[in-house]
Amino acid sequence: MAGCRFFAGYPMLPFTELLEAMARRMPSAGGVCMNAESEIEAVNMALGAGAAGARSATGSCGQGIALMQEAIAEAALNEVPFVVFNMARGQQDYFQATRGGGWGDYRTLCLAPKDVAEAVEHTQLLFHLADLYRAPVTMYGDYLISHTYMSVDVEPLSLGALPPKDWALDGSLGGTGRSRQIWTWAMGKADNPGPGPDLHWQHIATKFEEMARAEQRSESFSCEDADTVIVSFGTAAPFVEQVVGELRDKGTRVGCFRPITLWPFPESALAEAARNASRVLVFEVNAGQMIDDVRLSIGGRIPVVPVGRVSIDFSGMRQGEILSVGWIRDRVTDLIAQGALT
Amino acid sequence: MTTPPVPAGRKVAEALAPLQISGEHHLCPGCGHPVAWRLMLEAISDLDLQRRAIGVVGHGCYTNIVSLADIDFLQCLHGRAPAVATGIKRVRPGAAVFTIQGDGDVASEGLAEVLHAAARGERITTIMLNNGVFGDTGGQMTAASVLGQRTKTSLDGRDPGDHGYPVPVAELVAALPGAVYVARGAVNNAGSIAKTKRYIKRAFELSAAGEGFTFVEVLTMCPTGWFLPTLEGPGYIEDTFEKTFPIGALKGS
Repeated sequence: MAGCRFFAGYPMLPFTELLEAMARRMPSAGGVCMNAESEIEAVNMALGAGAAGARSATGSCGQGIALMQEAIAEAALNEVPFVVFNMARGQQDYFQATRGGGWGDYRTLCLAPKDVAEAVEHTQLLFHLADLYRAPVTMYGDYLISHTYMSVDVEPLSLGALPPKDWALDGSLGGTGRSRQIWTWAMGKADNPGPGPDLHWQHIATKFEEMARAEQRSESFSCEDADTVIVSFGTAAPFVEQVVGELRDKGTRVGCFRPITLWPFPESALAEAARNASRVLVFEVNAGQMIDDVRLSIGGRIPVVPVGRVSIDFSGMRQGEILSVGWIRDRVTDLIAQGALT
Repeated sequence: MTTPPVPAGRKVAEALAPLQISGEHHLCPGCGHPVAWRLMLEAISDLDLQRRAIGVVGHGCYTNIVSLADIDFLQCLHGRAPAVATGIKRVRPGAAVFTIQGDGDVASEGLAEVLHAAARGERITTIMLNNGVFGDTGGQMTAASVLGQRTKTSLDGRDPGDHGYPVPVAELVAALPGAVYVARGAVNNAGSIAKTKRYIKRAFELSAAGEGFTFVEVLTMCPTGWFLPTLEGPGYIEDTFEKTFPIGALKGS
């Protein structure tokens, strides 16, 4: 539905199911799925297919995404679009997804769906945004998305027109004086010099500034009169929504906010959602990563307090014992009772 | 700029190669790469592949060809060209896809990528320009530096006890069933240049026809990286490199 015609990956749970599904489905869709020999190969294959004009994707999680960072940065800087499906092991890779470990001035747009239905919508959106901005973009999924089988009723999204891929390499213009080039340094041809790295990378920086303004996505519930706003992302958010519903029923003035784009982080929407609050709680299943972005959004106006912690079960796949409505409710209730001012 | 004197009896091609935009480059005097570039461009032109050719170029002095040749190019990360070329070829099966890489790119950083591309029988050609040294970074040892070779990271010469042995990439590739044509040429004298042209042309011909993976290693001069007087480069290949990396067709015809 999203038009993906090239997929390459290397098995690693919980990304493996996506790779297997693409291996089953891509041939009948007229596409190609490669079981690459490493994550480094996989992402570079995706880069090649994207450079040749195909809608292309790869994916992995954790360590595999770490191996892909160099090529993701390269694609951001040489403007090759593709989608990276990060089916993460829990929520400990927020920094990896939003800061990245590649080189140079680059950013990667990252959508974090809360469930399978939203992941299907996000997949369409990601391929569109990749082509719109000529940039690699990522999904932050996880075990709960990749291991949940369910039917979804999703209409194809109407996302608007895209510019033609007249930059894509097809070999057809060789010898005409108009042959194409994809080069991070943008040096151009000897008889038609490109802008060079300084101007080219400034252009990239401007593009990411535009994306940061235009692509912030979020949703919030019950924040208008909330004294306490709880921020969470991805599949953790529905647990927090449940807690907020239960506490509201008891008369507690609590609301919740979910960044849908982890980058660009919806800073102004969060500041608006928390404008009447006296505290912001941050529930994430890690040692405290998204909380940095929450603090930047709040700007020190009110306390920002962590709720979650490292919580991993023996398999490393699931999200740990704290991903529980009961645990979150008790912790939130305690923090509100304590005043949660530190 | 004055033209250096040409020793009597040698013929120097003054005209640009087909598809070559400019003869101005930043390579050192005595470098073998421009000869190898010429052979590649002539082969593409002879086979009439210029309207379907897509090159993927790694990191090295040879990267300059991206600006100098009038064909589609993608300049990619160090060592990863065969993977990038795979992605291109799989979505554009009609294109003639090839990589240009050095020995640092292929034998050191990207050995896995080239071997797996060969094992998969990707319908692409890899040209490995082997001068046994990291020229672009100023003369350090690569996985293809020969025993005894002095580099900035093997100061007393490459010693197998300290530095191990050079990697014969062409022989490794030839061992894989997916590789249908493997050859090693050189650009240090007229005879080798003529032979190497045939190797490159055949490699492009077979991969473009969908026969499988083809690989041509080209021994090229780097007097700067070898700390030799410019004119001693060609002889150094014959006396040293060809002892470790014998030239000839290794597989296919």
